[in-house]
Amino acid sequence: MSQDKGKAASKADTRGSIGAKSGGTKTAGASTHSLQGVDYLRSYFANHRLVAKQTIQNLVRSFVTSTMTWMVIGVALGLPAMLFILLDNLEGLGGDWQGKPGISVYLQADVSEREGRLLAKTLGSEPEFIAARYISAAQALEEFKQHSGFDEVLNSLPGNPLPAVIDIEPDDVSTIELKMSVQRLEEKAAVESVSIDLAWIERLIALVTLGERFVLALAIFLGLGVLLSIGNTIRLAIENRRAEIEIIKLVGATDRFVRRPFLYLGFWYGVGGALFAWLMVQGSLLFLSAPIEDLIYSYRGEFTVKGMGLEDSALLFLTGAGLGIVGAGLAVGRHLHEIEPT
Amino acid sequence: MIRFDHVSKRYPGGKEALTNVNFELDQSEMVFLTGHSGAGKSTLMKLIIMMERPSQGQVFVQGVNLNRLGRRHIPDIRRNVGVVFQNHQLLFDRSVFDNVALPLTISGYQPREIGRRVRAALSKVGLADKEKHYPVTLSGGEQQRVGIARAVVNKPPLLLADEPTGNLDPGLSEEIMNLFQQFNQVGVAVMIASHDLVLVKAMGHRQIILSGGRLET
Repeated sequence: MSQDKGKAASKADTRGSIGAKSGGTKTAGASTHSLQGVDYLRSYFANHRLVAKQTIQNLVRSFVTSTMTWMVIGVALGLPAMLFILLDNLEGLGGDWQGKPGISVYLQADVSEREGRLLAKTLGSEPEFIAARYISAAQALEEFKQHSGFDEVLNSLPGNPLPAVIDIEPDDVSTIELKMSVQRLEEKAAVESVSIDLAWIERLIALVTLGERFVLALAIFLGLGVLLSIGNTIRLAIENRRAEIEIIKLVGATDRFVRRPFLYLGFWYGVGGALFAWLMVQGSLLFLSAPIEDLIYSYRGEFTVKGMGLEDSALLFLTGAGLGIVGAGLAVGRHLHEIEPT
Repeated sequence: MIRFDHVSKRYPGGKEALTNVNFELDQSEMVFLTGHSGAGKSTLMKLIIMMERPSQGQVFVQGVNLNRLGRRHIPDIRRNVGVVFQNHQLLFDRSVFDNVALPLTISGYQPREIGRRVRAALSKVGLADKEKHYPVTLSGGEQQRVGIARAVVNKPPLLLADEPTGNLDPGLSEEIMNLFQQFNQVGVAVMIASHDLVLVKAMGHRQIILSGGRLET
C-alpha cells in the first residue's frame, strides 16, 4: 500500500469536503463520496443494479417464505383486478347488443295492411334506418302463439288483440339518436305507439357503473391491505438486519444507502405479487370463459371473454410495484431512525 | 485533528460520563486514552464519531464543530474516521473481503478499485490469504485485524481504537499495537483507548488519562 501518497491525498480531500459541509452546502453529498460527476452517477446506478439484483436473489433463495408473501399480495391485487376485467367484459356485452336494439312501431288498428307495408317501405328507405319489416296482426299473433305457448287462451279470444307492427333496425344506435327517431315516429298518424329495448341497456350501464364503484372501493381497501402487509414484512426484515444496519451506519453509510435495499425489497414484493395476481386472473378467466361464452350464446350470440390486455397488465404491475415501494418507504421511514449504533 | 473544548456529557438519568474535558490531538500524533473502565473512554470516542452528542462544550474534528453538524452529515464524519471496536463489529454473514470493502462500497467505489484497496489493506494487516474466509472461522486476533483493515481501507486521516487488545494475549496485543504505530508513522493520527498500562507505557506515546470523567493532569 502506497501509504504516504495516498494518505496525503486523502487528507487534502477530506479536509476540503468536511470544510465545505460546515459551510452548510446542501449539494455536498457527491463531494464527500470522494467521487465526482460521471463517476458518481455511474457508481450510483451500479449500486442500484447491485442492490436490485441482491434483493431478488435473497428473495428467491428463501423461496417458500417469499412465495407466501407474494401470494398474499397476489390475492389482494388479483381480486379487484379480476372484478375490473369482468366488469369490462360486461360493458363490452352492452356495447355489442347496443348495435341491435330494434324499434318496434305499433300501428293503429284502422291502418290497412297495404298502408302498413307502404309505410314500412318508406321507413326502410330512410337513411337513419337500415331496414324495416312489416308484421301484420295475423302474423304477430301466429309468432306470439309459437313463442308463448298460450295457444288455447289466444284461440279462445274473440278477435286478434295484437296490432300490426313495423320492426325497424336503426343505423345510429346512440341513445339520443334513437330517442329522436322514436319521437319522430310517434308523431305519424298511423302510429299507435313506439317502443325500443333501450331500458335494459340503460339498466346494465347503471349496474356496471355501480359495480365499478364497488370494485374501486374494494380495490382501495385491498390496496391498503397490500401496503400494510408489505410494510409489516419490511419491518421484520429491518428488525432481522438490525446489527448489520448499525454496523454500516457506523462506517458512514448514508440514510439513503441504508434505505435502498429495503425499498427494493418492497418493490420486488409488489412486482412478485402482481405476477401472482396476473396469473390468477388470467387462469380464472380461462377457466370461466367457456361457460360464460356458452351462457351468452344461449341468449343472443357471439361473445369472447377478454383477458387482461397489455395495458391492464402494465397497470397491474405498476400498481404492485408502486404499493411495494410506498409500503416499504413507510416502514423504513418509521423504523430506520430508531436503529442507531450504541 | 481533534479538539475537545470544555466538553461534558451527561446521559439521560443523570450519570455524568465526562466533565469539562479539554484536550487536543495534533495531526499525525498518536495518543493513548487510559483510565479504569467506566472512566469515560468510550463516551469520549463516541463523541468523536457522533454516536453521542455532548451535553456541554464543543468537539472539533478536522476543524469542524460537530455541534453544528446535522444528523444528515454524520456519515461524512464517519467516513473520515477509521474506527476499530473492541467487539470488532463485523458482519458475520459476509466474507472477510466484503467486510473490509464495506466503507468503500457505501462510498460508491468501482469494484476494481475496491478489490485493489481491500487487498492492500488485508496484506497490511497480514490477512492477505484470508479474504474469502468468514469471520467466524477466524481467531479473535484475526477478527481484530479484519476490523483494523476495514478501519484503514479508505485511508482516513484519523484512526480511533476502543480497547483493540481487550481480549488478546500479550504477544498478539503488541503486534496489534505495532500495526497502529505503523499507520501513525505514515501520517495517520491515532487515538487508542486502552487499560493495558504496561503495554501503553512500553509504546511510549502521550497519554490522556481519564478518571471519573475528568482528565488527570
